[in-house]
Amino acid sequence: MTKKIILLAALCCLVFSPADAAKKKAGVVESHPALAPYFSDPAPGPVAPRSDGFIQRWTLLEPILKPNRSNTVFVDSYVRENFYTEMFPNQFTCLPKEGDKVKVDGNTLYWHALDSKLANVKLYRYATGLEKERYGLIFWAVTEIDCPEDLNNVRLFAGSNSASIWWVDGKEVLLFSNDRRMVADDGASARLNLAKGKHTIRVAVINGPGMSDFCVRFKDEAGKPVTNFTILNR
Amino acid sequence: MKKILLATFAAFASLAAFAQTGAPWIHDPSTIMECDGKYYTFGTGGGGLISEDGWVWNGGGVRPGGGAAPDAVKIGDRYLIAYSATGGGLGGGHAGRILTMWNKTLDPNSPDFAYTEAVEVAHSEFDEDCDAIDAGLLLDPTTGRLWCTYGTYFGFIRMVELDPKTGFRVEGNVEKNVAIDCEATTLIYHDGWYYLLGTHGTCCDGTNSTYNIVAGRSRNVTGPFLDNMGRDMLLGGGKMVKAAEERGMGAGHFGLIDQEEGIQKMSFHWEANMDMSGRSTLAIRPLIWRNGWPEGGELLEDGVYEIISERRGYALELAVDFQRMAGGMRFFRRDPNTPEPPITPVANQKLEDVIGTWPSGNIDVRICDYMARPNQKWRIEAVPEAGGYLGGPYVKIVIDGTNRALTAVEGAEVVTEPEFTGADNQLWRIEQCIDGTYRIMPKAIPGCTEPYCLVSIADSTPTLAKFNFKDDNCKWQLKAR
Repeated sequence: MTKKIILLAALCCLVFSPADAAKKKAGVVESHPALAPYFSDPAPGPVAPRSDGFIQRWTLLEPILKPNRSNTVFVDSYVRENFYTEMFPNQFTCLPKEGDKVKVDGNTLYWHALDSKLANVKLYRYATGLEKERYGLIFWAVTEIDCPEDLNNVRLFAGSNSASIWWVDGKEVLLFSNDRRMVADDGASARLNLAKGKHTIRVAVINGPGMSDFCVRFKDEAGKPVTNFTILNR
Repeated sequence: MKKILLATFAAFASLAAFAQTGAPWIHDPSTIMECDGKYYTFGTGGGGLISEDGWVWNGGGVRPGGGAAPDAVKIGDRYLIAYSATGGGLGGGHAGRILTMWNKTLDPNSPDFAYTEAVEVAHSEFDEDCDAIDAGLLLDPTTGRLWCTYGTYFGFIRMVELDPKTGFRVEGNVEKNVAIDCEATTLIYHDGWYYLLGTHGTCCDGTNSTYNIVAGRSRNVTGPFLDNMGRDMLLGGGKMVKAAEERGMGAGHFGLIDQEEGIQKMSFHWEANMDMSGRSTLAIRPLIWRNGWPEGGELLEDGVYEIISERRGYALELAVDFQRMAGGMRFFRRDPNTPEPPITPVANQKLEDVIGTWPSGNIDVRICDYMARPNQKWRIEAVPEAGGYLGGPYVKIVIDGTNRALTAVEGAEVVTEPEFTGADNQLWRIEQCIDGTYRIMPKAIPGCTEPYCLVSIADSTPTLAKFNFKDDNCKWQLKAR
């Protein structure tokens, strides 16, 4: 029995360095208190969406530098061309966890799991809280939801500042172009059928100068926010 | 050469119909104030515009302090001006200061013209979720309390309470977040609701500026301000008040002109006035209320109109013989063995069909059911050389195809004279009321100093009389024909 415990402990040491373990325990908000007014470290286990349906739990990649002095360049073709260019491996399929990392243009960027305290996920504050560049950025965010039953004919409603593309289970469902302000329910996907089980929502947001944020929720045919699902903590 | 002159004149005429004339260059105009018979508005960077009639605007306003996007309100016999000093805009820092100052007059030539020392009433730090610029002022007509909203796209729009006696911040007042994702906000009060108006879209990009003015409303002055979808302006909500027009891009920075009961106007700027080199100019449009929401109207376009009395729905017409038209009735006892003639359109009656039957001198006007006849079709056209009033040019109203002009005459009555001479009693001021109907007023009435307007005194009888917004006799609809 003692041998087994020692072996397990040794294995753990091989996988996680003490520094990594400390990082994991701390959580990104705890280690970056400037994030605290806007984000919290996710509690263990799944969480329900907000009562207004907005999805608050996301795993966010540290911002990718994409300098633009003005947001007026974000026409549809520009947005598509940039987001569909591979920036990191598996960018349309990965399900990252806190602390996962990717290489973008030779730079190591980490994924951070966060719960937004506001309906709108303040990407600008995510960047400044991590002491990164604040303007001229691309943000990637992923979340996974678990539906206890089939959710038929629902739509994804979103808004973003500035341009963005939204994917559900790998399929593009919505695009916002131009110098866009974040407005709740600014656009909606076509009707979606979310079968019982897990589904992935992915978004990429680009912004030049100014505030960056997004908000998203599902609504049913009657226009009511959908809340009978959980958001997983990966 | 004649052609060139004609084309130049035509271009000027259309320009005059679309925009304020003179040199109305301004960005972020403050709410228009009237002071000793003149109108004033101030803009970003200092200075401002002055107008004697509300239509022709030129520089000359004086506002010290520079900075951005001022606003003004008259309190008692003084004017309170709010403006802001900013740190850098979208890509810069966000330290800003809102300042207020008083003046007894806005006329820089008056011996009383002197601004008080500006005092700070709100500010934002470098990286706060607010950019303390773009002040908007509301003196609440129900409570007498003074409110100031401010902020830009960067973070929150906030409001604070000021002391209407001093212009200082009320002691202990804490700022409140009321919106995001807009700028150039201001509050107005209408019919039991407080409306927060803000400018959405992209500023300062010339003909590509997508600036547009939106609103949310609340029963409480401090919000929450929801749009017609019930969406909070703190989540980006807002219902459109004024978007671009065909020749104006980027409507921004709303100011209310509460002219009189039933007549309101809105001032704003075009980011790009397409008739004026795409420069940023002052604009004034009627403010219309539909289902409890404000909407910016448009200037009346030159064209042919049916002028319809709101009283019964009859149309204004020349009092001439009704001229019958051919065609129509088939009757029922038609021989069934006779083949049906082909179906063909029946032409409208034309001016040349009837004008020979009209008297040559003055002809009375009356109001009658509309039959699409030439004596019922009025051409309304701006008269650029005649100047204008707050937000519009004087127009002539003539029977289409003729120079026969609607004319105010002695005794405060109305007739048509055979020729348009440009006299003041042939010039008309057509203003859209808040319900979308129109008030039609002559510039002058011989022997009468009352500001009378065109009124249906009976179903069939027009006259000139006092305007009462609550009275359908005083209001008209204009239908393009």
